[in-house]
Amino acid sequence: MTNSKDKTLQDNNGLEKTLGEMLRSQGVSRRSFLKFCAATASMMAMSPAMIPKIAHALESARRPSVIWLSFQECTGCTESLTRAHTATIESLIFDSISLDYHHTLQAAAGHAAEEAREAAMKENDGKYLLVVDGSIPMGNPGYSTIAGISNYDMLMETAKGAAAIIAVGTCATYGGLPHASPNPTGAVSVGELIKDKPIINVPGCPPIPVVITGVLTHFLTFGTIPELDDIGRPKVFYGKSIHDRCYRRPFYDKGLFAETFDDEGARKGWCLYKLGCKGPTTYNACATTKWNNGTSWPIEAGHPCLGCSEPDFWDGGGFYKSLSMPTENITQTAIYTAAGAAAAGVALGAMNKSKKNKAAATHNKTTIDDLEK
Amino acid sequence: MSETATHLSDAIKFNIQIGDALTHNVKPLLHEIKHALDLLIEKGTPSIIDLRSIPLAPGEEEKILNTLGQGEVQAQLNALGLSEIVETKYAGVWIITHYNDEQHVISRFIEVTTMPEILCSQTEDVMSAYSRLTLDLADNP
Repeated sequence: MTNSKDKTLQDNNGLEKTLGEMLRSQGVSRRSFLKFCAATASMMAMSPAMIPKIAHALESARRPSVIWLSFQECTGCTESLTRAHTATIESLIFDSISLDYHHTLQAAAGHAAEEAREAAMKENDGKYLLVVDGSIPMGNPGYSTIAGISNYDMLMETAKGAAAIIAVGTCATYGGLPHASPNPTGAVSVGELIKDKPIINVPGCPPIPVVITGVLTHFLTFGTIPELDDIGRPKVFYGKSIHDRCYRRPFYDKGLFAETFDDEGARKGWCLYKLGCKGPTTYNACATTKWNNGTSWPIEAGHPCLGCSEPDFWDGGGFYKSLSMPTENITQTAIYTAAGAAAAGVALGAMNKSKKNKAAATHNKTTIDDLEK
Repeated sequence: MSETATHLSDAIKFNIQIGDALTHNVKPLLHEIKHALDLLIEKGTPSIIDLRSIPLAPGEEEKILNTLGQGEVQAQLNALGLSEIVETKYAGVWIITHYNDEQHVISRFIEVTTMPEILCSQTEDVMSAYSRLTLDLADNP
């Protein structure tokens, strides 16, 4: 949101200050800047060896305009973002972007808000960053509108002049809950509609706060999009499966599983695979970044991973049973893995993926019985 | 209020049994630190390990910190929130913890070096200090 502070963001020639110049003018010392870069490297899941490169890039970074559009969503992604825990550091990041439109956070409403969006698009044509949360209903434009404009029209109009698009949350990246069978609104993801712009998918229901800010910071720092996986997710955060990075993985390898939520295995922190954990087929940073100021994460709290950063996770066959009831003998499979047959683990993952796809096709709903199992 | 909170936190216990069975990551990390020390001795190359990039079980981070212990140097840095820089009982192995304004840990690194970079006075700050002192002297001749 543009405010009077913006006056300090211009140098004597009227050009926008770089982030380095801006921080110095605010009295931020070089030592503070190094701390900021160290925290940024950690936030972006980059090697500490990258700290000097981040420092150099941030020194010369300029303040990008950001337009944030919210479509069929629950505001959970914005809630997540605004709870990013590195308050001091984040404030520097957000001071260094110009969030020109976000209808949940901005003070302006109605025509004034839409004018702010149009002005930002015009002034920063080809250079602004577009962030989208929520899916886009294609069944009937009236399912979701903003200022009388359909989500589809607003997306297509705003995407035209964007340098890149960040789809935040599983709804924007893969359709999410609105897309779940029978998909009453005809919900689609951003990537299904936009084919001519770089799109960074940041899935999760919601995504981890520092993953959202990490991706924004990457763009701010390097002016490029990070390396992506085959479904558009940044590899630094989504490159490893939950299962690969899970501290309970050694119990899986030993074939030690919790069978119910209050048995000996659950109390001893054994693997939650049999309780429906989607860790083997889910790629996200929860196991290392964790949640709530790095306090914990679902598996540490004793609950299986739901797989919320994967396409069609709502239709995956039930949160508490799909992967926990494989057709193969699980103990036998685990023994193979413990014996060093890494391929068995890969095969199991493939088998689970196949089961998941089948379940998605038949839309196996989760029932109260599943929850009480 | 704080007394009630203390009683509540005493009453509510997470039913997670932390034992040696859960500490799979402690030993490999200590070996990594040993290798980093070797690199520092042999080639003078410093290393940094981001503790937040490693999947740790409940209690493992504490176990690592307890194992490394505290050495002769402890420093505090007040820059964008507090930072603690502590040399462990293994000289050359430093724990650097950055906090935000709300005292939450935002990052924690193990640095294997003779002196963490963040403790050194930075050239830009020294230059700025020179300018400020020159101005102060001019203002108060």
